[in-house]
Amino acid sequence: MLMTGPDRAVFISGVAEAPLGEVRDHSELSMIALAAREALADAGLTLRDVDGLFVNYLGEEGTVQVGEYLGIQPSYSDSSDLGGAAFVAFLGHASAALQTGRCRVALVVYASRQRTRATRKLNHWNEKATSPQFEQPYGLPAPMGQFGLLAARHMHEYGTTPEQLASVAVTARQWAGLNPKAWKRAPLTIDDVLESRLICAPLHRLDCCLVTDGGGAIVLTTGDRARDSANTPIRVAGTGESARQWHIPQLPSLEASPGVAAARAALQMADVGHSDIDVFEPYDASTISVLLALEDVGFCARGEAGAFVQAGNLTITGSLPSITSGGGLSYCHPGALGILLVIEAVRQLRGQAGARQVPGATVGLVHGIGGLFSTAATAVLVRG
Amino acid sequence: MFDWADPATAYFWEAASKEQLVIQRCGACRQYQFYPRPFCLSCDSDDIGWVAASGRGTVYSQTTVHLKSAPELGLVTPYVVAVVQLEEGPRLLTNLTGEACRIGSPVQVGWRSRPGRAPVPVFGPVRS
Repeated sequence: MLMTGPDRAVFISGVAEAPLGEVRDHSELSMIALAAREALADAGLTLRDVDGLFVNYLGEEGTVQVGEYLGIQPSYSDSSDLGGAAFVAFLGHASAALQTGRCRVALVVYASRQRTRATRKLNHWNEKATSPQFEQPYGLPAPMGQFGLLAARHMHEYGTTPEQLASVAVTARQWAGLNPKAWKRAPLTIDDVLESRLICAPLHRLDCCLVTDGGGAIVLTTGDRARDSANTPIRVAGTGESARQWHIPQLPSLEASPGVAAARAALQMADVGHSDIDVFEPYDASTISVLLALEDVGFCARGEAGAFVQAGNLTITGSLPSITSGGGLSYCHPGALGILLVIEAVRQLRGQAGARQVPGATVGLVHGIGGLFSTAATAVLVRG
Repeated sequence: MFDWADPATAYFWEAASKEQLVIQRCGACRQYQFYPRPFCLSCDSDDIGWVAASGRGTVYSQTTVHLKSAPELGLVTPYVVAVVQLEEGPRLLTNLTGEACRIGSPVQVGWRSRPGRAPVPVFGPVRS
């Protein structure tokens, strides 16, 4: 039975980043331990309290391996592989588990050393496909090839320009300049982006996210326990997820993006409108990802996101402050950004974001994507 | 000979080895589909058959890749990867060859040979 009422609402009561950037003195597991214990301390809890564990990408039977390392024997385990969107989807999965009494304290963790281990290759194919035979011969680099195809189609349908795409990267860098933990902080211009080398045209190097190490941890619990948190607990007010396609030709249209269904479900569940959102954290795997997110979530009509970004709406003084950490484009991209999007939204809603704080932010929307623009998960987070 | 072969995909590659592009068509709802499956995605019928595609289509989207391809693919950088929409409706991933095409350009199928394996369909400008 779904529990309701104030004490059964689900809150994020602790967050922490793992070491970020270039991490040479830790393993993925020790990074997770640092982040998990810091996030639990933030929540006024310890590892002994955790009975729900949510991980993705951390080896075979990841929840088992991570659970053993942390000394946790979870009564509820979830390693649903929705790519980088998984960590946003986990907010919904954990809420359901907490509200039905399957677990009492949920821990979401992630860490990657893809940069220092040099495990990320831009020219790797869709090699994990169950049936790569119809795509592998053509050499589409995943996922930037897919994003290149999406960007070209967006430009064709709506007249989106390379300058508008570049303005996303410039905006992300402006935010990164306000974040001491961001990997790239030096100011960036539209010309810098357009003059960087082409990767998968129309996308340039600086239209693509960073490759860094990093990770983080999130603690969720119900209202009765969230009161122990040292900081303002942030309520998970609405969640939604969707999975659409693995092979990009199977996406019927830009309008059919998995993000549409995910965002609609989250907004409906939270019973908030677009104008209620104070801070927006889209998964910026590439500049086109942000334009698609703005349109999929419904902040912009189809084809209008490019002009919306270029007009400065995503900046700290804009109508929809977005990518406030600097995002995957300039802050950190440890292979799966979703967990860091949630952590940043929580910091903004708690009023702990320092120089990049959006004044009075009370409602945040996190929009993760995963795979090869395959999946999406959206969460609406509310202070109080 | 055929990696990941199953009854549906094996038929496709057998035709490809004769440089014939085939796609599936449902006997019940008449919808075309690609890639091959043992049932109709549109109406769930088992009555799925094969037809020769016209080999004509239009470019739905394309990206020019400036990264080095895996050596076994034999693609020379930069190369163009495209989604082509066949005249019959389904879309497939492919390479564009020959003179430059734009999104919306009409294209027609050609074949690229592979050592020891069936050739793969690629597309280029319509020859008049």
